[in-house]
Amino acid sequence: MISIPLYNPISRFGSLLLQFPAILGSLAIFGMSTIRALFSGVPKRHVLVPILFEVGIRSVPVVVITGTFIGMVMAVQTYTQFKMMHMESRLGAIITMTLVTELGPVLAATMLAGRVGSAMAAELGTMKVTEQIHAISALGADPIRYLAAPRFLACVALIPLLTAVADSVGILSGWLFSWQVLGINSYEYWMYAADFVTAWDVMAGLVKSLFFGCAIAIIACRQGFHCGAGAEGVGRAATQAFVLSFIAILGIDFLLTVLLNTSYALIYPHAVSLAVGGI
Amino acid sequence: MGLTPAIEVNSVSCVFGAQKVLWDLSLSIADGETVAFVGESGCGKSVTMKVMMQLLQPTSGTLRWFGKDVNQMSVVERRRERFRLGYLFQGAALFDSLTVFENVAFGLRQSGENDERAIRENVLDRLQEVGLNADIVTKRPSEISGGMQKRVGLARALALSPDVMFYDEPTTGLDPVNSRRIDDLILSVRDARGVTGIIVTHDFRTVQRVTDRIIMLYPRTKLSDDESQIIFDGSINELVNCERERVKEYIGDELKPGRAA
Repeated sequence: MISIPLYNPISRFGSLLLQFPAILGSLAIFGMSTIRALFSGVPKRHVLVPILFEVGIRSVPVVVITGTFIGMVMAVQTYTQFKMMHMESRLGAIITMTLVTELGPVLAATMLAGRVGSAMAAELGTMKVTEQIHAISALGADPIRYLAAPRFLACVALIPLLTAVADSVGILSGWLFSWQVLGINSYEYWMYAADFVTAWDVMAGLVKSLFFGCAIAIIACRQGFHCGAGAEGVGRAATQAFVLSFIAILGIDFLLTVLLNTSYALIYPHAVSLAVGGI
Repeated sequence: MGLTPAIEVNSVSCVFGAQKVLWDLSLSIADGETVAFVGESGCGKSVTMKVMMQLLQPTSGTLRWFGKDVNQMSVVERRRERFRLGYLFQGAALFDSLTVFENVAFGLRQSGENDERAIRENVLDRLQEVGLNADIVTKRPSEISGGMQKRVGLARALALSPDVMFYDEPTTGLDPVNSRRIDDLILSVRDARGVTGIIVTHDFRTVQRVTDRIIMLYPRTKLSDDESQIIFDGSINELVNCERERVKEYIGDELKPGRAA
């Protein structure tokens, strides 16, 4: 038998490819165990409240800051191109639509994965390395129910709110920049935004965020629970949690966008779209 | 001592990837006895103890608690029986985010105890039992010394009044004073409560002072398939007088006949 050293790039790629289905399976099993744990009882208040605070309240500043800049960047980027077509008055429509359907949910989820997901993986990884997770089992508690279920609940419950914050701040900053710096008429900004963006678009963005929240919590907790030994293992768990979450966010975003757009076309076959009817 | 063994493992194997850590291991711990697992690093002592506590799932084999097959128990029954087992972790494994009080109360709350007054009484009694003052209850684990952490870990395990106590390297990393203190606590737990003790240790002073029986394991990788992983099973005096090469190689001149004071 020929042995191929693991530092061979082809061998490493093959090894990663083979690991992928195993990781997906492990995530699915972990996710199901977490959801089953939630059905067996709501986490206790003294456990849940600090996690809700960490995931929700402490994520607001970073979501507000990034949302503000994204709204303004959107205004700058689209203004030049829309001006060439004499459509700069429609800035409100494109900024609002892009934010509520795509950038808001993806931005809030990325911030959650970076700020909360990797911290969760590191915290749970440290608990694994120092045998605290074993200690929970030894004391008759289920570690998934005690540690993963409240984190999952917090992420799923709060990510739509964080998305709503990112959407609102981005739309407001886009409006302020368009009005004050680019000289766009404030009434037109809001009128076109209201004309093109429907309740379906807002709901589609929030539905996406729910799935992102599920993925972030399951990936972060699973990486923490399966953390390798020592400080290196904890660091790797935190990094992997973010990388896997980010890939999952983009993958889920693509699948849900296709699914939601197809559903929309089936439900409202004669609906006016930004690309066809509005302009 | 009762007739039914407290813990029994039959033909247990534990394989991690390509590494056989335990292979076809069978042993039985009688009710009320104190047994020490010794052997060189990597021989599977801690894995054996974690399998016995069901913190690790063996690749094959059966485990019995108090005569009952653990795999045949319902989830509720297994949870109830687990409360009869206590575990002192090597690094104490106290929960960083909780105070000393909440750490000791954790198992009580999990067992369904809701009476806060009873919980408080139990926690303070257990802390007193391990020689700690009530004034540390509001401290976090990071604010107390390693020796105190071990004692809080012991108080946490004892709060549920277990019938079997597992001690994973209880004196590792402690100074001689704290080591003796932990040994004394293991003895007092055994004598006052009649608790079965299972200890993993490298410390022969602990072995001499507190154990009735010693089981020596040998790394699976250094054995042929037909050799038993248990290379010694007997009393301290039998261990001192043992002439087997592998046993003598491990104990060197650490052990003296008779029990230490």
